[in-house]
Amino acid sequence: MQVDRLPQGGRIDRSRPLSFTFNGRQLSGFEGDTLASALLANGVHLTARSFKYHRPRGIVGSGPEEPSTLVELEGEDASANQPATTVRLRDGLSARSVNCWPSPGFDLGGINQLFARFLPAGFYYKTFKWPNWHLYEPSIRKAAGLAGAPAEPPAEGHFESRFAHADLLIAGAGPAGLMAALVAGRAGLRVMLADEGIEAGGSLLSRKLTIGGQEAMTWVSETVTELAAMPNVTHLQNATVWAYREHNYLMVNERAPENPGLLERNWRVRARHVITATGAIERSLVFGNNDRPGVMLAGAAQTYANRFAVRPGKRAVVVTNNNSAYSAAADLRAAGVEIAAIIDIRRDVPDAARALVPDTEILSAHVLTTALGHRHVRAVEIAPIGGDATRRISCDLLAHSGGWNPAVHLFSQSRGTLRYDETLASFLPDQPAQNTICAGGAAGALTLAEALRSGAKAGARVAGVQAPECPDADDLPYAIEPLWRVETARGKAFLDIQNDVSVDDVHLALREGYDNVEHVKRYTTGGMGIDQGKTGNINIIGTVALKQGLRLDEVGTTTFRAPYTPVSFGAIGGIRGESVVLPYRHTPITEWNLAQGAFMYEAGARWRRPGYFPRPGESFQDTVNRECRAVREGVGVYDGSPLGTFELKGRDAGRFLDHLYTNVMSTLKPGRCRYGLMLTDDGLILDDGVALRLDEHRWIVSTSTGHADVVNSHMEELLQTQFPDWNVFITTVTSQWNNATICGPKAREVMAALEGDIDLSPETLPFMSFAEGTVARLPARVVRVSFTGELSFEVNVAPRHMRALWDAIMEAGAPFGIGPIGSEANHMLRVEKGFLSLGHEVDGTVDPHDLGMGWVMSKKKPDYLGKRSVALRRAGDAVRRELVGVRPTDPNRQIPEGAPLTPGGERKPTEGLVTACVWSVVLNRWVGLALLERGASRHGETVHVRLTDGTIPAEVTAPIFYDPHGGRLKS
Amino acid sequence: MLLIPCPFCGPRNESEFAFGGPVKPGRPDPNATSNADWVAYLTQVPNPLGPVQERWWHVRGCGTWLTIWRDTRTHNIVEGPADAG
Amino acid sequence: MQRFNVASLIWHGLNKHKGWARAWRSPPLKDRYDVIVIGAGGHGLATAYYLAKEHGITNVAVLERGWLGGGNIARNTVTVRSNYMRDASIPFYVKSVEMFEGLTDELNFNLMHSKRTMIDVVQTYPKMRELRRRQLTMDIYGSTYRQISEAELRRRVPALTGGGPDARLPVIGGMVHTDAGVNRHDAVAWGYGRAIDAMGVEIHQQTAVKQLIRAQDGAIEGVETTRGIVRADKVVVAVSGHTTTLTETAGLKLPLRTMNLTAFVSEPVKPLVDVIVNCPDSGFYFSQSDKGEMVIGGAPDMGQSFRRDIKQHVFEDTVTAMLSLFPSFKRLKLMRQWGGHLDIAHDASPIMDQTDVPGLFITAGWWGGYKAIPAGGLTLAHLVATGQPHPLMAPFTLSRFRHLDYVMETGTTTAR
Repeated sequence: MQVDRLPQGGRIDRSRPLSFTFNGRQLSGFEGDTLASALLANGVHLTARSFKYHRPRGIVGSGPEEPSTLVELEGEDASANQPATTVRLRDGLSARSVNCWPSPGFDLGGINQLFARFLPAGFYYKTFKWPNWHLYEPSIRKAAGLAGAPAEPPAEGHFESRFAHADLLIAGAGPAGLMAALVAGRAGLRVMLADEGIEAGGSLLSRKLTIGGQEAMTWVSETVTELAAMPNVTHLQNATVWAYREHNYLMVNERAPENPGLLERNWRVRARHVITATGAIERSLVFGNNDRPGVMLAGAAQTYANRFAVRPGKRAVVVTNNNSAYSAAADLRAAGVEIAAIIDIRRDVPDAARALVPDTEILSAHVLTTALGHRHVRAVEIAPIGGDATRRISCDLLAHSGGWNPAVHLFSQSRGTLRYDETLASFLPDQPAQNTICAGGAAGALTLAEALRSGAKAGARVAGVQAPECPDADDLPYAIEPLWRVETARGKAFLDIQNDVSVDDVHLALREGYDNVEHVKRYTTGGMGIDQGKTGNINIIGTVALKQGLRLDEVGTTTFRAPYTPVSFGAIGGIRGESVVLPYRHTPITEWNLAQGAFMYEAGARWRRPGYFPRPGESFQDTVNRECRAVREGVGVYDGSPLGTFELKGRDAGRFLDHLYTNVMSTLKPGRCRYGLMLTDDGLILDDGVALRLDEHRWIVSTSTGHADVVNSHMEELLQTQFPDWNVFITTVTSQWNNATICGPKAREVMAALEGDIDLSPETLPFMSFAEGTVARLPARVVRVSFTGELSFEVNVAPRHMRALWDAIMEAGAPFGIGPIGSEANHMLRVEKGFLSLGHEVDGTVDPHDLGMGWVMSKKKPDYLGKRSVALRRAGDAVRRELVGVRPTDPNRQIPEGAPLTPGGERKPTEGLVTACVWSVVLNRWVGLALLERGASRHGETVHVRLTDGTIPAEVTAPIFYDPHGGRLKS
Repeated sequence: MLLIPCPFCGPRNESEFAFGGPVKPGRPDPNATSNADWVAYLTQVPNPLGPVQERWWHVRGCGTWLTIWRDTRTHNIVEGPADAG
Repeated sequence: MQRFNVASLIWHGLNKHKGWARAWRSPPLKDRYDVIVIGAGGHGLATAYYLAKEHGITNVAVLERGWLGGGNIARNTVTVRSNYMRDASIPFYVKSVEMFEGLTDELNFNLMHSKRTMIDVVQTYPKMRELRRRQLTMDIYGSTYRQISEAELRRRVPALTGGGPDARLPVIGGMVHTDAGVNRHDAVAWGYGRAIDAMGVEIHQQTAVKQLIRAQDGAIEGVETTRGIVRADKVVVAVSGHTTTLTETAGLKLPLRTMNLTAFVSEPVKPLVDVIVNCPDSGFYFSQSDKGEMVIGGAPDMGQSFRRDIKQHVFEDTVTAMLSLFPSFKRLKLMRQWGGHLDIAHDASPIMDQTDVPGLFITAGWWGGYKAIPAGGLTLAHLVATGQPHPLMAPFTLSRFRHLDYVMETGTTTAR
């Protein structure tokens, strides 16, 4: 039964009843209701329990400022901690109160109220120390945390993000925002208007005002209709502007857009201008037991009566320090609520205010000291200011207004500064930091006429037109005498209802010396809840100011941070999956690899490569050994396409490469290749690779897979910033050239079996040379480099030919037993041969000398990147770690890669580490590479690997285990 | 996300760029510089509480390296790149 | 110092909590001290504490331009751990973790240190190899790190439902670091603040240092503050992010740049994850606070910044990566986010040393410096008091740059 639903009025659709459950109770409401308005219509007032003391709580506000009634939604829109005031009612909705068990009416946690005096702010810093925190933490964690988190992602529907550009983004479609949109829209600007509410109108939805002689909501709907007809205006409702970033980049969270399957959309808006017309938020008065169910913000009570046709109580006491509550009282009375009295802090109540509520008792210069009643307010005690004659007035609704705070959140997020305004007793926008204008309530224009005018002015300023005349509006002037707290309050007087922070808590913080407003906030947790203190923060500042004898601006505010209201992570992430953040890189062979059952994994730089190609019944080691043996004894092939490849062209390319590489490149003859090392100017190893000279002015530079992007950046930066007049052009051709590398003693035979026109003899095509022609009747470049230590032919073709080449190789190689080899076998082969791998042997500390590659450091060139720094570093007295080979004394003992070497294997600072360890198929034992202090001079010594449970002795050798003179790769 | 003025492409989102670091003094001749000066060149960058000159690479755009002055307190770009013409 | 325990809480509760003493005084500012510490953040307060406690140096002023504990200690994600890679770092952080564990009793202030274990979610083999390298080196110094299977990982972190075999980066296993913990950052600042005040050290808030003053011989002589000139023969700069702003007033250049590191928290929810979860391959980490909020961190923004905001596109990438591993977080809501500026050294390792200006000390280059607060304070105090570097801080000198002997220590949380 909607016992408190008014028979008529309201912006609800009575033809569309909705049924919902709250804490298991079946209730009903109407389309247009929020959960909060429907609960009140059903006469449900005890809706929540507080965070710390588990005090009974009701509904306090009517929008996102709601500090009290948070619910957990169940079922298809499961989510936690939703203010009941922002949950749009729908049929079948199921909601539960958070933080109480079994129900808000009977909550076992309520026992905390008995101990409240021993649980002041920060009590946990003083206790729970003995015997240790771990004893107490689990139960504290269980008690905290409000709602349970949804266990599953939404079963249906998705989130998405969208970019938008606008000349003007307006946050808020209240009177100021609508007016600004109208003016800017008519002037032809590309306008985006976003409002958090279900429908446009802002404060006009809650109030009964007129604009231009007609009902204000008529003006709203006419305006919305006109805006809808403008192609240059995008109008979003249910869309909160939640973040204001640098360079006028703002985030708008649109909920339930009219698109089935789309849950939420995040708009990323880049706007040339921004108008924040975000209105004002009513603040609480601070008196005793100001948290009892039935104690409600006056504006909220007015909203329930006008917008939702709900009677929030039968007999109300209204308490205020400003004019706005008088119109609330008038509207409540019109809705059939008896106004028992209006308590006004002010000595002089303006006649215009009194005129709104004729025949009502108005007690000026009075304060409310306490609300009586536990599970619902049943009376209030009031007293004249400075007097002690208390009087009790019975009521079941206490509507209070402590004034209005301009919603400066977005303006402050944009880094605009705030100032304290004595007349409005609030913080107002001061200097903008970006192209931002505040309008309406957000700018302190707290009457309708002012709001319309400031909206028109702001829109006109952005559009560069004359501000039009605004229609007349009837509204009381806003007149406030601030009251930060009632000094004679009895009972707990809450500043932050959500986090149970009372005046006593703030006073305790100050007494203990936590006297900065940030200290107060952190010590008491005031303002740190889900509402981020929208109704209470300024009262905390005021309470601090009163106690310290300071002005509010001397106390200052805490920082406003995004988001304005909580935003689901799903909306922030949008539709993108991780494969967008971490995109896949494929080669034309990827599908073939998968079809072969290759074990694929991430191999750096977003490439997914085959690690090995297992056959049924094989262990990992069996597979790798088989692949290695194929290369050492027969022939294998791998897809080398991910190697970074760059084409350099221009007169100065040779000179540029001489600067880039440690060795001399410019003397290379066309048709030949040279291995080289690149250093950073800090003398650290950047990359190694091979350069090919195509002709006098054209080169191909290949880099390691993982460092291709870094090298690209490095080269471009040097050319564009240091040598802009050098004639060199760089083209990334990694994905223009794919390659299949055929390696092993039978590689030449396989090559010969492929139809081609390149002379493959060692005389014509020796090691470290290349030739262009055809392979398998495909245009190709064949390069004789080797990363395995065997005779190798790297066959480079265009990607569109890669699969054909691969198939041809498999066919031609079949008689020779060719098979694909993966990264694991490649690793084993290169370790056996003592070749360098950047990810293993180079960890940011070694230089080429440490790796036994002093030969690659040109002595002839007076300068190249890293030369000076390597010399400088080696002139220091730091002991160098040098590359060595290690053979475990027990040939069957594997050394974990990365394992430390320590003197004698003791638990002592390390003297090196094993960078790689593999089973050598040629030596039939485990062999490894290591970086060892002064290692080059310690060949033959025994060193010790330190493990968690023992040591492994190993002999130090030269870092090469196979074909030390390179006869095989040159064959 | 900054809006970075590319001399070729116009104002573009920061996500199209790679950061190229603050602009340091030019590279000294390594063979005519003291150890201390060489180390200072390598390791020290301007770190002002205010405008800093820095490079961005329009790597997901036209590929140009550009230089702007950006205020580290506000992120306002106080001077864009010279017009590439 | 007033004792804090249950009995005192009850006693004061019965007396309406009127009898609690101030945590620290606000004494008048003198014109000379033995040591000036600039910055009442974590490292500044800890340095003052160990100067007083270990070396009996109490004629010390801690000067703070804002509020005590308002440095990066107010903005970090409170993770305390010692899973580093190199000999230079591990023992330092092992010491710091150990000190944190005893700090609640020592300071008579509940820091709520919760040794709740960090678990790395590993998604690539190179990362697994790197972490296992750490494991063996850490073991030498008594820090524990242990590999666990994917199944075990999912059992311990049930919310980890993404990263299956078909994911972009499938989860391949985990590493467990049982020494890791979290605690209450404000409590660390307040606990140290209270303790140094009790030993006679003066804390001066709202006292900004405008510039450093050098004597004619080049040595430090004092500082000029918004409240006048204060002299001391030894000045410690502990002002993360603003180090170069200050040292440049003494004509000193340092290999530091100021970057923005961001963090964000979700709404509070009932206990869901009871360990610190670190996902180095995806580039984020989080833990659930005792209040129930998920406290989440990612990679630093590009470019120098003092703005303390968050870069939307970087933030979105972090969130997307998180949702791929924790898809049920889609309905969880962001409640608050922020940035903090910190200075990063050229080699990304901290610097604690006396500078070329005699008497001027710095502690800088901290990112992830929260975990280093006790050991950082202990070792820097040792240097300031004795003139000799503490063995644990020896690798982190400024002079390492003279021969480009960088300490290359990669973080665990910034890969991507």
